[in-house]
Amino acid sequence: MTDLLAQLPPDPMLERRRLVQATAAKTQGRRATRSALFTTLLYACLAIAVVPLFLVIAALIVRGGKVLTWTFLTQAPLQPTIFDQDNIGGVGNAIIGSLVVDGVAALMAVPLGIILGLYLAETETRWANGLRRVTEIMTGLPSILLGIFAFIYIVTNMHAYSGFAAAVALAMLMTPVITKAAETALRSVPRTLTEAGLALGARQSKVSLKVVLPVAAPGIITGVLLALARAIGETAPLLFVIGASIRFEWNPFHSMSALPLMTYEYASAAYDSQHTAAWGVGLILVIIVLLLNVSARLIAAYMRRERH
Amino acid sequence: MTVQSSSELIERGLARGKMPRAKSGRTYSYVLRGVALLFAAVLALFAWSVIHQSWPAWSTYGLHILTGTNWSPAEENFGGLPLILATLITTGVALLFAVPVGIGTALTLNFLVPRRLAGPLTTTVELLAAVPSVVYGLWGLNVIVPWMSTTVQPWLASLTGGGWPFSGNAIGLGISTASMVLAVMVLPTIVAISRDVIATVPRDLVEGALSLGATRSQVLTRVVLPNAKIGLLGAVSLGAGRALGETIAVAMVIGSSPSMPHSLFSLGSTLASTIATQYIDAPTMHLAALGALAVILMVLTASVNAFARALVRRGTKGTL
Repeated sequence: MTDLLAQLPPDPMLERRRLVQATAAKTQGRRATRSALFTTLLYACLAIAVVPLFLVIAALIVRGGKVLTWTFLTQAPLQPTIFDQDNIGGVGNAIIGSLVVDGVAALMAVPLGIILGLYLAETETRWANGLRRVTEIMTGLPSILLGIFAFIYIVTNMHAYSGFAAAVALAMLMTPVITKAAETALRSVPRTLTEAGLALGARQSKVSLKVVLPVAAPGIITGVLLALARAIGETAPLLFVIGASIRFEWNPFHSMSALPLMTYEYASAAYDSQHTAAWGVGLILVIIVLLLNVSARLIAAYMRRERH
Repeated sequence: MTVQSSSELIERGLARGKMPRAKSGRTYSYVLRGVALLFAAVLALFAWSVIHQSWPAWSTYGLHILTGTNWSPAEENFGGLPLILATLITTGVALLFAVPVGIGTALTLNFLVPRRLAGPLTTTVELLAAVPSVVYGLWGLNVIVPWMSTTVQPWLASLTGGGWPFSGNAIGLGISTASMVLAVMVLPTIVAISRDVIATVPRDLVEGALSLGATRSQVLTRVVLPNAKIGLLGAVSLGAGRALGETIAVAMVIGSSPSMPHSLFSLGSTLASTIATQYIDAPTMHLAALGALAVILMVLTASVNAFARALVRRGTKGTL
């Protein structure tokens, strides 16, 4: 019996397995070392990626934290002189400017973005797909191009720098972000809800506005907050349209200032006190942007928990 | 009140829904379509306005704007090559750092870090993308520039004995520093997209390889990365698109000197940073030339982004 087995030709699969196992055993040490090295390298990558955020925030707090006083937040900027180098006043005008400009931008971008989102979520034609692609590409275009657009159409035609021109540029920046978020949120609403609504005899418009939109609302709000966070920190589209006024100004059709613009200007200004002010304004900006981002994330997380 | 069969009820409901839907469903869809059309028109107007503004420059200087090596508005000489080169070099060097670190981070977050930690760590990396670029500029100008000039640049120069590509004065400002700041800025984009792409690699493949006795590094480099190749290229291209168009942070650290870059320590000026620093109060022809730079920038970033989106869509198809 055993002789017979020995006479059989060797099973190629068994042979191969033996070869593989032998090679694996032989190279085990080398492969394990290499794997350990590779793993260490990957953790190093993660460390490198996480550290900059803390470095930036630490620098902002250390260099800009002490300048954040009530006076700094509420007064208009002053021009320091050699004899009075700390006489920088405040950035109250820029806070109001940012509020007005970003508010007006949101007034334009939020309805526009939501309607576009509704359209893209409900339409599957070739032209809608094209618009979707173009909107996606818009989110990657340099924001300074939108500044040029606002300059050509609004500043040139109105013969004046204005917060409104800046708001138009920022609205163009926000709209694609809101559209994308709205479309994604609307598409993730279960199809059964729409069908139930239609089966009950409601019109498509009523189903979309009264059933689907409220269900998708948290996702849309997340998108709006993220778009707002992006717009508040943008400097490039404002540079040559907003006018950089140092007065308190609530009227968007006059020239105004904005927080990121103050950081930009103070960063390369003459006096140390102004550099400190640049860090202070940067800190305000980062606090606002991080708050917006964190609340957007909390809403998204809450939404995910509701769904499961 | 008569008892109705359920089929009768459904028929009635459908009929009631159908008739008004045909009538006033139209208003709703007209509004949606009208707004979509309006937005498309604004986008077209935007592209056209930038091109239109640049027209005098193209008709006067032609391709000199792309190939000329001297950008000097005072002499009305608008050769954009130094700006194009500075844009490409800063983006290339930034990617050299950001791509390995970004993809490595994405792998770590997907495969190595315990699930409970992965969430907060991902958020931390993604918040890096939320920091305004003017803040990066400020940080670059006050923290990275001094560090580069006292530590990094002397060390790099000693590697080549002061030769190319690390020749020139170690003054901190310039192309190398702009690249470093850009690397940090594009990192979150690369990590976020790579993570999505890597997450779509079928779990079976990974487990199959592990069960055959492959080590962790073998699984990651020979199974995961090859399978995610296309999507990863998309992630890198999206990062590239962001770096090409970054304006304020670059303008603050690159030194704003539109001369031909001779080494990584040279001062420079990119397409976007030149527009940012020269656009205000520029005379007509200068404005048109800056418009021409904007056109180059728009074509460059739009095509890189379109390419990247297509790759990412292919790389995550079917699973997202």
